[in-house]
Amino acid sequence: MPKDTASHTGIGASTKRREDVRFLTGNGNYTDDISVFGQAYVHFLRSDVAHGRITSIDTSAAEGMPGVVKIFTGKDFEAVGSIPCGWQVTDRHGAVMKEPRHPVLAYGKVRHVGDPIAAIVADSLAEARDAAEAIVYDIEELPAAVNMKDALKDGAPLVHDDLSDNLCYDWGFVEENKGAVNEAIKTAAHVTTLELVNNRLVANPMEPRVAVAEWNKSNDEYTLYTTSQNPHVIRLLMGAFVLGIPEHKLRVVAPDVGGGFGTKIFHYAEEAFCTFAAKACKRPVKWTSTRSEAFMSDAHGRDHVTKIELALDKDNNFTAIRTETLANMGAYLSTFAPSVPTWLHGTLMAGNYKTPNIYVNVKAVFTNTVPVDAYRGAGRPEATYQLERVIDMAARELGVDPIALRRQNFITEFPYATPVAVEYDTGDYPATMDKLEEIADLAGFAARRKESEAKGKLRGLGVNCYIEACGIAPSNLVGQLGARAGLYESATVRVNATGSISVMTGSHSHGQGHETAFPQVVAEMLGIDASMIDIVHGDTARGPMGMGTYGSRSLAVGGSAMVRATEKIINKAKKIAAHLMEASEGDIELKDGQFTVAGTDKSVAWGDVTLAAYVPHNYPLDDIEPGLEETAFYDPSNFTYPSGAYACEVELDPETGKVTIERFSAADDFGNIINPMIVSGQVHGGIAQGIGQALLENCAYDENGQLLSASYMDYAMPRAADVPFYAVDHSCQTPCTHNPLGVKGCGEAGAIGSPPAVINAVIDALNSGGHKVAHMDMPASPSRVWAAMQG
Amino acid sequence: MYAFEIERPTTLADAVAALGREEAQALGGGQTLIPTLKQRLAMPSVLVSLSGIAEMRGVSVNDAGLLCIGGGTTHGTVAKEAAAHYPGLADLASHIGDPAVRNRGTIGGSLANNDPSACYPAAALASGATIVTNTREITADDYFQGMFTTALEEGEIVTEVKFPIPEVSCYIKFEQPASRFALVGVFVAKSADGVRVAVTGASNNGVFRWSEAEAALSSEFSVGALDGLSVASDDMIADLHGSAAYRAHLVGVMTKRAVAGAK
Ligand SMILES: Cc1cc2nc3c(=O)[nH]c(=O)nc-3n(C[C@H](O)[C@H](O)[C@H](O)COP(=O)(O)OP(=O)(O)OC[C@H]3O[C@@H](n4cnc5c(N)ncnc54)[C@H](O)[C@@H]3O)c2cc1C
Repeated sequence: MPKDTASHTGIGASTKRREDVRFLTGNGNYTDDISVFGQAYVHFLRSDVAHGRITSIDTSAAEGMPGVVKIFTGKDFEAVGSIPCGWQVTDRHGAVMKEPRHPVLAYGKVRHVGDPIAAIVADSLAEARDAAEAIVYDIEELPAAVNMKDALKDGAPLVHDDLSDNLCYDWGFVEENKGAVNEAIKTAAHVTTLELVNNRLVANPMEPRVAVAEWNKSNDEYTLYTTSQNPHVIRLLMGAFVLGIPEHKLRVVAPDVGGGFGTKIFHYAEEAFCTFAAKACKRPVKWTSTRSEAFMSDAHGRDHVTKIELALDKDNNFTAIRTETLANMGAYLSTFAPSVPTWLHGTLMAGNYKTPNIYVNVKAVFTNTVPVDAYRGAGRPEATYQLERVIDMAARELGVDPIALRRQNFITEFPYATPVAVEYDTGDYPATMDKLEEIADLAGFAARRKESEAKGKLRGLGVNCYIEACGIAPSNLVGQLGARAGLYESATVRVNATGSISVMTGSHSHGQGHETAFPQVVAEMLGIDASMIDIVHGDTARGPMGMGTYGSRSLAVGGSAMVRATEKIINKAKKIAAHLMEASEGDIELKDGQFTVAGTDKSVAWGDVTLAAYVPHNYPLDDIEPGLEETAFYDPSNFTYPSGAYACEVELDPETGKVTIERFSAADDFGNIINPMIVSGQVHGGIAQGIGQALLENCAYDENGQLLSASYMDYAMPRAADVPFYAVDHSCQTPCTHNPLGVKGCGEAGAIGSPPAVINAVIDALNSGGHKVAHMDMPASPSRVWAAMQG
Repeated sequence: MYAFEIERPTTLADAVAALGREEAQALGGGQTLIPTLKQRLAMPSVLVSLSGIAEMRGVSVNDAGLLCIGGGTTHGTVAKEAAAHYPGLADLASHIGDPAVRNRGTIGGSLANNDPSACYPAAALASGATIVTNTREITADDYFQGMFTTALEEGEIVTEVKFPIPEVSCYIKFEQPASRFALVGVFVAKSADGVRVAVTGASNNGVFRWSEAEAALSSEFSVGALDGLSVASDDMIADLHGSAAYRAHLVGVMTKRAVAGAK
């Protein structure tokens, strides 16, 4: 499919990202760049204890401080809705999950460090902060529920007094499989058991969250500018469930967004606060998160504690998998939190392997910590990590080659229905593994290990596979699974009179390059240059309702909607062209931006047709309407299933425990590819985040619920020097069978596939040095590796 | 931040006078102080910026052969200008923070702050440097008095640091993964009088000299001379990034590496 001509700007071209020009020259328009005339600033007074009862709060002195417009406390939001949860999980016993109220401002109790107690709106931020210091309040500190195991014990402090315990739900999947799984494990020739922690992460997008809200007194309309991955969803959640503002009175704009990684999917209290306060104060209200606030108010990611058992028969075929996971929800249910450890995690436990019996149990737990929700990969990295670690461990226990063990158990026939409710449409796992062996030069590893050893270093190789379910979609399916929203996507293709095109998409770009890649699709279909096409996104006033960007869904679902709308455009344009050329519609062909009549030399250009649509002097008005604008909503029939094989080589300094990544290779199957350069970039970024999780990042609380890693002084982010030059390849392509582009999605793969490769490599390095370490938890920081070596 | 006034003296005398004002505080490169102010953890009413004082900047060798570095000299300047005279010190300066930090942060600010994980204190102590202030000269051995604590009086300014130049030296920093300050940093300096070994990042009492290693290395300057030596972990820092035992272990490893790298 890729065309090699330099002028080709359609599918397969590695067009440079047009949005980067404004980003790299400082001309981006981020939410914090937006200031509304007369705006006031809000500062949130946040709890510095994890759990406590607010026994008194007196704002009277603060209200008299210079510049103060108004001060709000939880009481002002008693009549306002709870910050809603968008997904309802039904537990093993058929009961719905516990869903405690999440107030905009804490009322009665504070439940995590960072929970907002009061909000001060003032003429300037400095005055708001001064006034915050004049608020007199008392919090009676309560014992905190921090560690999940302790939080589930009888007599544990209750995060929510109106709940019987801290268990949100106890989910079994698939409950009917349980008996067969137990039996298979009992009768297995070998069972490998692994207990592990999937470490809590802070997403840390470069741009912190910001909200600017205004209210128009002449028409009672609100506008909220916010750092969101899905402005339409925020409009629905906040408008309908929190503030009671109908859609036609509420516009939500998410302009340039400086990275999201999941944490900007969710509806946050600060957004609702600013919107509410804009009317209450009759002034626009702006909030810009500081980095310190981000650490204690952005939803965190991961934080699972898991026990996984893998059963094998005497020939090393996988016969069963059983897992038990504790998943931290934090103090409140963030928008999609309940879905992450369940439907985004349990459904992936088959991985790339034909294991006939699988049972997953997840207990979701409330704790006095920041809410936890989706972070790049969401549930799928947790599944992949367990599975690929336990397979590696089994190979080591059995003394077999870990790659051979994987190959032996690969699914090779498609479609394949897993025992955990999903059906993979296509894939070719041996092919990606072959490709990996080649690009990673696995044959040369032994020699490289010798070189490292000559320098006094240990060298390890870690290999793993991954599968993910992307293009988060079929609405009817997710509805059965508890989603409270549909997961289609929309596109409006607006062809203008001169032939230029605006495509309104319901997905949202916050670094992914949609503004470059999406026009390539439309350009390919119409045979015109991509520079004639612009993508419009991130504004509920400018496009149809859409569900936003997460779960690697934008191209697979949003791109498909765009294809459908463009097909409608082509159909109508052909009717116009037929009329102009006095030919029959069936004979019209569109190629390279020219309409021709088959078998003749008659042609009209794209621009002639578009002009005719808007200046319909010579036009089939009896047949069709003027204008050339079409909308499509696309709801796919299945998820997409990208897959791949990754290899990591590490060097380990046995004197200090420091691990460095020497080589990293990724062979991915993303189906068809629109812009190979952007795909490589997505994989690079994902791997960097995966390496961050595996070696560096660790969000830690002490036993009182104090956040220990509350700034970059203690929370280690990966830097350029921490990652190698990657070898990435996406030439293995088994196109998705059910979307019109045959694409699968690539946004999360790197973050899903890389952590197990890194840890497998660390374990391999340790064992090569005679340290019989079966497992170590992430991050494999120098001190932990050193401790592991001490036994 | 709270509101404050700023004074920008161009002479040391004016700076001393300005620091006499109520709740005045010196501002060096601001790499430590400005973040502290932003978090409202300090509320000076006057900041006295030292960066306009020419007499407090520069790197030179005096008649006694001491390397003299003005208290307002940035890490970046030390990295460049001390390289020919005292490579171990220049190398240390070149690994502090990132280029932005090195172009603002100053040696005087670093020594006045005496962060237990900072790099310069190890160099000053291992070199047997003298800290010169507007009122007196203080030997490094007397100057460092525990975490964030020094011999400086209220309003006293570090105007210059005088380093005896060792025959060979080396600083090895094992970085704390998040902050990239020293999880453990060891400076080894060998001169005619013997060997001095200063350790930063490790101890609850701030930078310290490892006297056993000094004795062993003074009699034989080799990696092997350190075999069997270790520091006790009792006073070592234990936190998210490493246990006390790990830090004590790293002191040994980094000292060996510093000896091996000394030049
Ligand atoms: C991202 C980052 C990374 C860093 N990494 C490292 C590292 O790896 N190693 C390391 O050692 N440091 C590191 N630092 C700290 C850096 O070296 C600072 O520059 C230094 O600690 C303070 O120097 P300053 O000139 O910025 O002082 P300021 O921040 O201006 O002041 C610090 C304190 O010293 C006082 N002060 C300043 N100058 C004088 C003076 N001449 N006399 C008396 N008192 C004075 C001030 O009143 C204040 O109390 C890092 C800093 C940052 C921001």
